[in-house]
Amino acid sequence: MIVLFYIAAVVAVIATIAVILQTNIVHALLYMVVSLLAIAVIFYVLGAPFAAVLEAIVYAGAIMVLFLFVIMMLNLGQHTRNEEKSWLTPRGWIGPSILSGILLAQLLSVMADLDQDIIPKQVGVMEVSALLFGPYVLAVELASILLLAGLVAAYHLAKPK
Amino acid sequence: MNLEIGSPLSIGLVLGVVIITAALLITVERRLLGFWQERLGPNRVGWFGSLQVVADMIKIFTKEDWIPPFADRFSFVVAPGIIMSVVLLSFAVIPFAPNIGVIDSNIGVLFVLAMASLGAYSVMLGGLSSDNKYALLGSLRAAAQMISYEVFMGISLLGVVALTGSFNLREIVEAQNDGWYIIPQFIGFVIFLIAGVAESHRLPFDIPEAEQEICSGYHTEYSGMKFGMFFVAEYIGLVLISSLITVLFFGGWLGPNFLPPIIWFSIKAFGFIAFFILLRAAVPRPRYDQLMSYGWLFLLPVSLINLLVTGAIILSSQ
Repeated sequence: MIVLFYIAAVVAVIATIAVILQTNIVHALLYMVVSLLAIAVIFYVLGAPFAAVLEAIVYAGAIMVLFLFVIMMLNLGQHTRNEEKSWLTPRGWIGPSILSGILLAQLLSVMADLDQDIIPKQVGVMEVSALLFGPYVLAVELASILLLAGLVAAYHLAKPK
Repeated sequence: MNLEIGSPLSIGLVLGVVIITAALLITVERRLLGFWQERLGPNRVGWFGSLQVVADMIKIFTKEDWIPPFADRFSFVVAPGIIMSVVLLSFAVIPFAPNIGVIDSNIGVLFVLAMASLGAYSVMLGGLSSDNKYALLGSLRAAAQMISYEVFMGISLLGVVALTGSFNLREIVEAQNDGWYIIPQFIGFVIFLIAGVAESHRLPFDIPEAEQEICSGYHTEYSGMKFGMFFVAEYIGLVLISSLITVLFFGGWLGPNFLPPIIWFSIKAFGFIAFFILLRAAVPRPRYDQLMSYGWLFLLPVSLINLLVTGAIILSSQ
């Protein structure tokens, strides 16, 4: 199982780098989907099948589909590709590289202290639901209020005059 | 080699039978359509047209596999592969019989929903990469239709999941020993049926490929085996929806003892396949805006009320 974890992790990292480097926006979006699916595999391997399948349904299956839907409406052509290319200059890499370098160093230093093996513990749907509607019910309710606000706004915008 | 869940024999059997059934459906559907519309249908090749599928396959394999020069090659090639793989992957969790199946998963229902939502990429990429206005229109329609009907499909299943207390499709079948879920979940069944037709975009909901309005929609530019994959994937999707209805609402492999479980499953699933073909023969296609407003203004509230009432009944009976 742990081999699967490393394969999925490598795929996720490569796909995420490809999202940044890719100038064709549809291909970049496909790499993003691959990255999300790789993360779903990681969740599954680490013993969280419910989180894995929700990652696939919500992120890869719903949110990215909406992104693609918007891209289809925008009619982006060669012009956007050239624009994307012109933004990826060597100078533009300096700032982000420093910031992510700091984060990477921190992450590595934290991981250097860990010497225990990962022991995947199976967390079923029941446990997750009991937690969501038990100790974390306030967060769930707040998220639903946020979604309700979005729903009301969308209804208002789409209402025929 | 014995037949059990996840054994190579079982996996091979599932894969082979599903693909062969889907291929045979090409002929069966046209013969049945002919029967219901009082015409002959393809009856020239072989015994009563039974070899028509072979002729079709030879034709599809030998046609030129053409990629338009203006298309986005990568997405154009990937699109038919996506739909084929996601519908076949969905069969991994379908329990065909107590000892036939690929995996016994605790997230079976969710897995099928995840695969259905990934299937939307195929039609969207197919239309977008073709760089053709009819294809783009078709895939825009497909995207909106599939995203919307996924919602009702998911909610209509939750009644069954709540009654069983599990996302495991095998447990759902076993829980129907005392009575099939078609009786307590009739509304859920009807919504699932409608959403299933919309999700596999078959007639009467084949609005993404309505050939009278927009050529053939998202696969206008496809030819040869790439078109063949879209074509066969539609039939595999039909088998999948029929199997799911059988499992979720009609007790899967359960039935009187004089026939083996797999035969009961096949009989029920084929009944629904025939019903879907009858729908195609009998019901005209709605307009696009009618489909959308019907879904969001009627199916969504009804499925939510269904879930609410089911939940209340489960709570009060405890």
